[in-house]
Amino acid sequence: MIYFIWGSIVIVMLSMILVIYRLIKGPNPSDRVVALDSIGVSLMALIGMFSIMVDTSFYLDIILLLAILSFIGTVAFSKFIEKGDIIERDSSR
Amino acid sequence: MNVTVLANTLVVLFISVGVIFIAVAAVGLFRLPDLYTRAHAASKSATLGVMSVLIGVFFHFWLIENHFNPRILLGILFIFMTGPVGGHIMSRSSYIAGVKPWSGTIRDDLKPEIERMKKEQNIQD
Repeated sequence: MIYFIWGSIVIVMLSMILVIYRLIKGPNPSDRVVALDSIGVSLMALIGMFSIMVDTSFYLDIILLLAILSFIGTVAFSKFIEKGDIIERDSSR
Repeated sequence: MNVTVLANTLVVLFISVGVIFIAVAAVGLFRLPDLYTRAHAASKSATLGVMSVLIGVFFHFWLIENHFNPRILLGILFIFMTGPVGGHIMSRSSYIAGVKPWSGTIRDDLKPEIERMKKEQNIQD
């Protein structure tokens, strides 16, 4: 069982390396936002398997917190790319 | 054949499926030619993969450690709701910001809609 968890962690880390390549190279900022969201998702799976490996359930709160922060980051970056600012002041829409 | 073996089989099954989906999403993010296809791979496949991994973690802590943890279920529900919404917002904002689709794209449904919205805004002004 522990070897299976080790193998899964190694596979997820290799896939995170592929995503980090896209984060560095990506031609425009939207590619980097997509890669950042995907890194957050991979990190949630990694923390879940790491908490199985070290046999404690204290790390499981981080998953929920990371999900919320990743979603807020995605929405903020998307609004910045679309409009140029995050919190618009005019109420004409 | 006791309960622990069955529980371990269930956990290994769910985590294997999730890890395969995450690896496929990373390969898609690495190789696909376009922002929209890459966002498609990242949002759908990675969301399903992390949900499956977290279900495996939940079963491990419930069946083997005897510790029912509802926060993992809450995290799964949150990811299930916000993954598609995040993918949609990213694709739409990058289309409005002017990222060109791949040259092999044969159909673009958002273009007439955005032209109609621009025309309505000009009439209102």
